[in-house]
Amino acid sequence: MGERYHIAIVGAGPAGLSAAGRAAEYDRDAGVNSPSYVLLEGFSIFAKTIQKYQKGKHVMDEPGFLALRSPVPFVAGKREEILGGWQDSIKAGLNVRYDSEVTGISGSRGQFVLKLQSGDEIEAEHVVLSIGTQGNPRSLGVKGDVESDFVRYTLDDPEDFKKETIVVVGAGDAAIENAIALSDYNTVYIINRRNEFSRAKDGNLNAVLAAINDKSRPFHCRYEAGVAGLELPASPGEMGAIILNTPAGEERLACHRIIARLGTIPPRSFVESCGIEISSPSADAVPDVDRHYQSNVAGLYVIGALGGYPLIKQAMNQGYDVIEFIHGKDTKPADYPLLQDQFSGLPYVMDAEDVLELYQQRIPMFRRMNPLAFRELIIESRILVSLPSADLARVEQKGERSTVFVPAGEPVYRNGEFSTTFYTLVEGEVKLQLEQDGPWHTLKPGQFFGEMSLISGRPRQGDAVVSEDAILIETPRRIMVKLMNSNEEVRKGIDRIFIVRALQAAFRPNLPLAELSAIAGQVETCRFNAGQALFSEGEEGDCLHLIRSGTVVLSRGSANMVVAQHHSGDLVGQMALMGAPLRRDTAVAAVRTETIKVKRAEFLALVNSQPEHIATLQGRLSSLLEKTNAMASQPEAARSIGFLMEQGLGEATNALVIDESLCVGCDNCERACAETHGGLSRLNRAAGPSFANLHVPISCRHCELPHCMKDCPPDAIRRSADGEVFITDNCIGCGNCETNCPYNAIKLSYAAPPKPGLLSWLLFGRGAGPGQPETFTPAAADKERGKKAVKCDACMGQSGGPACVRACPTGAAMRLSPEQFVALVEAR
Amino acid sequence: MRESLLGWQQYRYLKWGLLLLVLSVALYVTQGGSNAAQPPNGGTWQGYVLGSLGALLIVWLSLLGVRKRSYKSTAGTVQGWASAHVYLGTALLVVATLHCALQFGFNVHTLAYILMCLVILSGFYGLYAYMHLPGRLASIQSGSGQDGRLDELARVDARIRDASERCDANLQSLVISALELTRVGGSAWQQLLARDRSRVMVPGDSSQKAQAMANVEQEVVIGHLAGRIPDARKQSEAEVLNELLGLFGRRQVLLHQVRREVQLRGLMKIWLYFHIPLTVGLLVALVVHIISVFIYW
Repeated sequence: MGERYHIAIVGAGPAGLSAAGRAAEYDRDAGVNSPSYVLLEGFSIFAKTIQKYQKGKHVMDEPGFLALRSPVPFVAGKREEILGGWQDSIKAGLNVRYDSEVTGISGSRGQFVLKLQSGDEIEAEHVVLSIGTQGNPRSLGVKGDVESDFVRYTLDDPEDFKKETIVVVGAGDAAIENAIALSDYNTVYIINRRNEFSRAKDGNLNAVLAAINDKSRPFHCRYEAGVAGLELPASPGEMGAIILNTPAGEERLACHRIIARLGTIPPRSFVESCGIEISSPSADAVPDVDRHYQSNVAGLYVIGALGGYPLIKQAMNQGYDVIEFIHGKDTKPADYPLLQDQFSGLPYVMDAEDVLELYQQRIPMFRRMNPLAFRELIIESRILVSLPSADLARVEQKGERSTVFVPAGEPVYRNGEFSTTFYTLVEGEVKLQLEQDGPWHTLKPGQFFGEMSLISGRPRQGDAVVSEDAILIETPRRIMVKLMNSNEEVRKGIDRIFIVRALQAAFRPNLPLAELSAIAGQVETCRFNAGQALFSEGEEGDCLHLIRSGTVVLSRGSANMVVAQHHSGDLVGQMALMGAPLRRDTAVAAVRTETIKVKRAEFLALVNSQPEHIATLQGRLSSLLEKTNAMASQPEAARSIGFLMEQGLGEATNALVIDESLCVGCDNCERACAETHGGLSRLNRAAGPSFANLHVPISCRHCELPHCMKDCPPDAIRRSADGEVFITDNCIGCGNCETNCPYNAIKLSYAAPPKPGLLSWLLFGRGAGPGQPETFTPAAADKERGKKAVKCDACMGQSGGPACVRACPTGAAMRLSPEQFVALVEAR
Repeated sequence: MRESLLGWQQYRYLKWGLLLLVLSVALYVTQGGSNAAQPPNGGTWQGYVLGSLGALLIVWLSLLGVRKRSYKSTAGTVQGWASAHVYLGTALLVVATLHCALQFGFNVHTLAYILMCLVILSGFYGLYAYMHLPGRLASIQSGSGQDGRLDELARVDARIRDASERCDANLQSLVISALELTRVGGSAWQQLLARDRSRVMVPGDSSQKAQAMANVEQEVVIGHLAGRIPDARKQSEAEVLNELLGLFGRRQVLLHQVRREVQLRGLMKIWLYFHIPLTVGLLVALVVHIISVFIYW
């Protein structure tokens, strides 16, 4: 039988190290000689994700508002300093067992058995899982790949390497992108296990084939090659080698380094094999844990990124707390003062933990949610308290992290405003409009609103006015999305209300809520990927679609003849129910789209309840038919719209379009962009496709549901009320947004050195002059700080509008929203 | 939505320019007369006003260069300034002519006038270029830009080299020489003219050496290939010739487009190399003109 411990911690990342550190303190205090805990790590090093960061990378300690609580040190700084600090903690006496990958956990509290890959077994009373979500990168599976710098699993900045020979192993998108970027300055070999790049996206496939065939580029490929072995470099800076198994026999490639991009093995199946339930099938779903991070398996705890907390500091705090809980201490979590602050402006005196409990009980949808998730929701939310204007003038606003006071009787948001937060009413009343100038609906405590913009990303429809002494929870979109992904009940609850309100806005039915809910239960929610058809020209239709999110284009004749585009809240295909059933157009999703499908029976039930509204619906249909007909009779214009839609501009809210018949190619737009944004242009005029004198340069379009905002660990990408999507200063330079943006509109870059004054440039030739150059050597301090994501912010906060447009001498540059495209193509 | 330089804000500055013209002419006709002390020129008060107006206009017009680079400026848009620049610059021609009342001589005053006319004329050319050439450029660019075209050209050339290895030595040297003696670009003048100076080595009869011939627009090599296809003795030879013919056909189009694009870009830029230095010269001459007029007054 194997060793037996009080606590086994699995995964020596930040969370695991912190937990081990706290457990060691307990041992010390108790004066025991043999450790009561063990930290198990599958690899031969600790914190392997951070170890594999490039040298000198600056690691941030977001969120800044949270204090660190751990015996293991952590402050923002260089990778080496952080790892050094952790190494010191380990040396000071942490019981770490390396090369001990856990392959299975069985048993229950008090008697867990952990199976190791080596075949050994370890017994433990409690198990803490802190294995992260990255999964283990698939390794080369040969000796020497994990321990050394010679093999890396990530590539931060291709420009860090110059004049080297580099072997990239892998055939996926990441491998191809890395290999091509590296081949600008290095000799690159890409190693493909198969005989083609079938896993890659089309763009990458073409690029890699072109690079292989390009004789001037030092880019080589080995097909059907497996890795047989490594020869580590004798000393840093020297060359090592990789041994390949190829159809022609063994081949030795001498190289300076190897980048292995073989994907990762996600931890989900392992987690589930331990008996932990993950209720939602969604890929981002996290296991349900209680306030003490305990999973449904008693005695088995989940902390860190695996539990949904991707930031280092959060993970380390949880590592500390979980050991406290296991030792039976009901320590107040590190975020307790934050909660106190948030509830400080409430009209009653109560302990923050009690308020938390009370609020969760007041909101039916959140009642059965796990308390930890609700806690996080509150910490990430703003608590709004409405006051009459006289009182409002007297209270002191203590900032975003404290209770926020808002004027009673005024809107918390207005029609047309870009905000995607979600509101839950705890006390008081809210009057809500579902469309501009629409009828008012009254909300009572426990109800919520704002789900329209949350789901569709479109600006607010109608106002929401808050009554006196109301208390609201305003939750950012990112938190709600996370919650909806992991909590089926919340997702369904929000969905149901969304459908009811969408139907109310579209048809204004005069029905009791029960009947309306029944109809909402009958309609079907459909999802379409970009390019998928809702219905086709010539078929018989028996339903209409109400768009939930995304964009639908109607084409007639051929796919690129676009006669109309519809956005969320619009009806598509209503002709089939209000006129002839024969579809006159083909409706295709221009981007990923969700619709609510309403069939004839439900449609009739809705409209017959409110006959006055039928005339409005008919009027809208007629004007729509007029417009599509006008478009259909201008094939050139219709094709231009088709082109713009193909470029993904259907999901844009504010896109740069250049009229090529006016553009003289002076690049003043790029210069203006750079000059107004710290010397870095956020647009590339010459790049991007053109059609019929319209050019779509590479530049941010401020998408309805920005792809870049999806996965930003420090929540640094925000959207202003006017719709600009921008990156705040707490960007940690992780590059997720750059990867997620399908339009290449985000770049990671060092800060540019400041420009000299015009006169010292003009008279003394100092530095760079107005506009350009784009290439610069970053100052040492900026290099230290690391690369940050930069993108267009539509010149928010600058008077006069976007600099690119203002600086265009010929009027070729325009910033448009999709509603303006028709005017654009018709005005020629 | 799409307003050109000229039509900016419903021709706002055309209206301003016309108003300026009317006022200037009105001012001009009120001076002189048979018993006036002065003939109509810069010496009368009207002439003085016209001269001051002209000088202010010149200074303001040259400030476009500053405004264009003041990227943070909110003083109108650059397009608005450019529109005003065009109309008021045109009006300047009349204002200055009325100021001098066509009294020319061999002196610095006339030099300033001539420089001004040259600046304005080069500006007219620039306006023409800005109004008409972008559209033509766009029509060649359709789809791929210059980089894409050069990439394609490189691919076509590589395929021609591959195919030529299957030809006899004579044909191979002809084809390879056509690739190697292709000329694109060159001096600024050559770029602007876009004349094709490509050559090709045409093999002579067995006794004679190969001769270099002009290969304008790849016509010679295409003609040669087309001429040889009916004479091909083997099917494989005909196939290679046909393949080469197709490749050279594409090459011809690509090269033409590359030259044309270079030419158009050049034509859009070249005038600035006159317009700006002449403006600087004009400003110097203007200062000398003003100072000397005051000295000799």
